[in-house]
Amino acid sequence: MSKKYTDKGAGVSRRSLLKGAAGLAGAAAGVTSVTGFPAVWAAEEKVLRYLGTAVNQSDDITKKVKAETGITIQNIVATTDDVTKRVATQPNSFDILDTEYFSLKKLVPSGNILPMDAKKIKEFDNITPIFTKGQLPNGKVIGDQGTAPKKVMFLEGQHSTKFSKTPTEWVTLIPTVYNADTLGIRPDLIKRPINSWAELLNPEFKGKAAILDIPSIGIMDAAMVVEATGKYKYPDKGNMTKTEIDMTMAVLTEAKKAGQFRAFWKDFNESVNLMASGETVIQSMWSPAVTAVRTKGIACVFQPLKEGYRSWASGFCFSKGTTPKQQEWAYEFVNWYLSGWAGAYLNRQGYYSAVLSTAKANMEPYEWAYWMEGKPAEKDIKAPDGSLLEKAGASRDGGSYDDRMGNVACWNAVMDENDYMVRKWNEFIAA
Amino acid sequence: MAETRAPLESPGLPGWLQATPFAAVFLLFFVLPLCFVITVSFWDYNDYEMIPAFTSRSYVESFEGCLTQLPDLCTMLKTYVSTAKFCAIVWALTLFIGFTVAYFLAFYVRSATTQMVLFLVCTIPFWTSNVIRMISWIPLLGRNGLVNQLLMSLHIVNAPVEWLLYSQFSVALAFVHLFTFFMVAPIFNSMMRIDRRLIEAAYDSGASTWQMLTNIIIPLSKPGIAIGSIFVVTIVMGDFITFSEMGGGQIASAGKVIATRLSALQFPPAAASAVILLVATMVIITVLNRIVDIRREL
Repeated sequence: MSKKYTDKGAGVSRRSLLKGAAGLAGAAAGVTSVTGFPAVWAAEEKVLRYLGTAVNQSDDITKKVKAETGITIQNIVATTDDVTKRVATQPNSFDILDTEYFSLKKLVPSGNILPMDAKKIKEFDNITPIFTKGQLPNGKVIGDQGTAPKKVMFLEGQHSTKFSKTPTEWVTLIPTVYNADTLGIRPDLIKRPINSWAELLNPEFKGKAAILDIPSIGIMDAAMVVEATGKYKYPDKGNMTKTEIDMTMAVLTEAKKAGQFRAFWKDFNESVNLMASGETVIQSMWSPAVTAVRTKGIACVFQPLKEGYRSWASGFCFSKGTTPKQQEWAYEFVNWYLSGWAGAYLNRQGYYSAVLSTAKANMEPYEWAYWMEGKPAEKDIKAPDGSLLEKAGASRDGGSYDDRMGNVACWNAVMDENDYMVRKWNEFIAA
Repeated sequence: MAETRAPLESPGLPGWLQATPFAAVFLLFFVLPLCFVITVSFWDYNDYEMIPAFTSRSYVESFEGCLTQLPDLCTMLKTYVSTAKFCAIVWALTLFIGFTVAYFLAFYVRSATTQMVLFLVCTIPFWTSNVIRMISWIPLLGRNGLVNQLLMSLHIVNAPVEWLLYSQFSVALAFVHLFTFFMVAPIFNSMMRIDRRLIEAAYDSGASTWQMLTNIIIPLSKPGIAIGSIFVVTIVMGDFITFSEMGGGQIASAGKVIATRLSALQFPPAAASAVILLVATMVIITVLNRIVDIRREL
């Protein structure tokens, strides 16, 4: 089953072992398996083990990468939490990592990941300034509460574990995808306009609301509600003090005791099922989940709210276990990723790509107008797999890129008081 | 005519050899990992790593407020009260249903073939994973689910019944559905070993069915009941997924506390919670063992 390679070192044996789909367990067994083979001079196969959360990991992308660069991508899919766990405990089990910026506060100090060199990224200067400066391409400054990418984008040096306040050559994550999240609603069941985060805890929707069962995100949604009701204004929703955590959890606990929540959801499909079955009519949601509900023929809106969006972003870096050769392939892969095809693919799913110019070149003008400019669709809008998303004439919830990303209020975050917050979350569940 | 038994003092080499494989497996896959868990539970930690320095921080924080908040319960106590409540409900229901099913199989089904066929029928639900069995309740019990549609069309209720799903009811229902068989099997096994002549003698002496049940069958089924109880109690105590899926993530359980900690990469407090859970479960098992000496009865 395993192919024979003739290049040097242990990397080969590990890769050949992986070819056999044996996975991660037996690196030691792999070392011995190569020695007895005759030398066969073959073109070296470029393989990268890609650890991520499935947002950017699709067969379409894997096939296209293979066709255009010859790199074989082996996807390792895990939940956000499990990705973090894996980086912390098994840094040698992947080559390239695709993770969210808010995880960096946990990952960078561990020393298990290496930053990428901006000089080797062709399109680096064309990456949207949301990441480098915290502003839109048109110069508008957007909200930076929480772990905004610009705060953790650069390191002081290649082997530094300190975030740099000013841009440097060493980039923690080369951005791949990001979006602005808000509440999903069922307009057919609510039957009135919704325009504020406060509605999430409105007793009118008792037993029909849901939030995420991920403490750091759940508490941020609650903070949006607290601010919307005018109860308190946080200096930084993404980095609360203990008092602020207590107060926010008290608001959530009160709502839970009053029976406000139908459920707390943990994965994508759960959120789709809750909404599609009518168990919930208003809930914290992700954009593609809203699309998934809509493709079932059920009315669902990713409702823009006056207080703004909670945003997130993810990007690439590599494991400290990579060889220089693997790093070279990783740069080739990342450069391909930013070159347009993948960006267009992501944009068509309702996410946003890091380099807008190259993605635009890979999209039809009517697609760009619908997804990025918020204009009514000239033609039917199709998903990357060809299924119908929207009929001609529809326009995107929340409007254009500038309207959506321009109204970001905060970013997914890991707080300094994370440990305390998690303890309070368990208390909240037990209440 | 008593049999003469070999003295028990020295099992000899063959005995040791026979015991070795299982002892080795037990040591390697249970005792050793448990030692690791206990060790880690006394380590310190920060956002991204465990620090191998002795501290009781994880335990102190786990029991935070348990004395100061009285008479209000602290998180730990609330969680365990909730878990124990489900344990008791599920234990009582599975015991009642399991005992009834086993009793029917053992004493009312005459032919051994029918008995085995019916017993195997009980195992059919185990042909799919328990997550699937659990999730299949959701479309049935939901707000717009089949049960609610039926109730509404029969005009029994005017509005959908909300407590059918994502409630304590649905959690208990799923547990009973999933685990009753763990009661049926050992109780059935115990019942099949009861000497039928005892029952005939009781019948001949004029005992009623109820008297036979309480004086013969229940006492002699005790080992099966105890083993079934251990299965059910340990599974419910350590469960995480059923609480999460059927309770809509809103019901506290000892397992969920561990899961939340693990997700946040906080391994030492997760380990401490696991040790606390282990101790709690062992206390329950010890009490059960006091009531029924399983080793003697087997």
